[in-house]
Amino acid sequence: MAKKRGVEVSIAAADAIGMTNVDVVAAYPITPQTHIVEHLADLVASGELDAEFVPVESEHSAMSVACGSSGAGARTFTCTSSQGLALMNEIVFLAASMRLPIVMILANRSLSGPLSIWNDHSDVMSIRDTGWIQIFAENGQEVFDNVFFAFKVAEDKNVSLPVIVNIDGFGLSHMIEPIEYWEQEMVKQYLPDFEPINRLDPDHPVTMGALGMPDVFTEAKKAQNEALIHSKPEILKAWKDMGDICGRYYKPIETYKMDSAKVAFLTMGSTGETVSLAIDDLREQGKAAGQLKLRLWRPFPFEELAEAVKGLDQIIVIDRAISFGGPGGPVASEIRNALYHQDNMPYVTNYVCSLAGRDITADDFITIYEEATSASEEELKRNDYTIYGVRV
Amino acid sequence: MAKIKPEPTWKELETGFVISEPGTARDYKTGDWRSLRPVVNESQCIKCGICYIFCPDMSIVKTAEGYFQADLYFCKGCGICAAECFTGCITMVPEEE
Repeated sequence: MAKKRGVEVSIAAADAIGMTNVDVVAAYPITPQTHIVEHLADLVASGELDAEFVPVESEHSAMSVACGSSGAGARTFTCTSSQGLALMNEIVFLAASMRLPIVMILANRSLSGPLSIWNDHSDVMSIRDTGWIQIFAENGQEVFDNVFFAFKVAEDKNVSLPVIVNIDGFGLSHMIEPIEYWEQEMVKQYLPDFEPINRLDPDHPVTMGALGMPDVFTEAKKAQNEALIHSKPEILKAWKDMGDICGRYYKPIETYKMDSAKVAFLTMGSTGETVSLAIDDLREQGKAAGQLKLRLWRPFPFEELAEAVKGLDQIIVIDRAISFGGPGGPVASEIRNALYHQDNMPYVTNYVCSLAGRDITADDFITIYEEATSASEEELKRNDYTIYGVRV
Repeated sequence: MAKIKPEPTWKELETGFVISEPGTARDYKTGDWRSLRPVVNESQCIKCGICYIFCPDMSIVKTAEGYFQADLYFCKGCGICAAECFTGCITMVPEEE
């Protein structure tokens, strides 16, 4: 196994994409995704990576090119953030419904306005229901490893769906972290060549993106939903196979200090590492606190969640986005929904934190823990969510 | 969608709603969308083919005698042929007549 090297996470991500021998990269630069795309452009320009780099004029074009090249049978990557994702939105839906195994890294950033370039999860929540497989990475190594995983799952013939790897903008994308690179041989062993189910081929013409009349649209959507739901066994297998190669085994829900825990934080993304520091402190104080890290966002891991929350009295869900006028942050809403039929359902307390990259520390999470666990039963039932740290 | 058998189940659709056989649109009956149908008075027709050129659905076919008639399997009854006809030999007639 190679030694760890100190490298910016964006650069490592781009190196990993290069190691997949990607055929087409179509992207438009946007903060904080820029370093990934710039480094890929360098790799192509220097001849290290034999790929078509398409410097498109917008994100709408980036995703359109990605659909076309994936449809032609090319291994395809794109990358964006925030407003860029918003601009490509309509084509994001098409990639999933046409079952095109594109891989996208989303360097998560808040959506305007006010105009912001900093990190939260409002961008990815806006495309929650587009039908992509969506995972969250907590640190640089997870980003690096999950690039290979993303292509493996996306291109699996039993899946054939696009995959988003979410990485927190700046707080993860721009960090220099110790990352263990794979050997090229390991990538070859793990990731087979891309063999599309259907491809644009003049000798065997097919129609992609056809009209679906009312008499067949519902069936098409049912088929798409089933495909996403049934990608989960392949996802689990791809993580298992990856562990066998690189030694790191990933799960849809990672657990941290959950032994005999009564209260658990639930996090997605790099905030999880900060919460883990708070858990360490709380455990030292003798508190029965643990942590669940939701890695797989779509398809949602219902069974794993039900298993993970057994014995808990309370879950403190950390959301990085607001659902305006809704019942709480998007993650908490889903957790409540997923646990609705559970016997002895734990209280789900929801904190919306760290919008647009506002610093949040382990001490803040200890404050949240104390506030959440000292709330009265009436408060727990009445307060759907709290926006943490807002000045009043 | 055309060559897909009528009312397929979701399992019978191809991955990604691809249509793997080319030219299947010719099987798709659009004639039943029609409320008006073009009726040609062949005694006035000069066989110029302007209706054939303008038909957006290529529904007009040349007959053995050299006249132009709508293929009612496809014709949606838009009336462009009647509007473009130089001699006014095409009349749009309500389907119920």
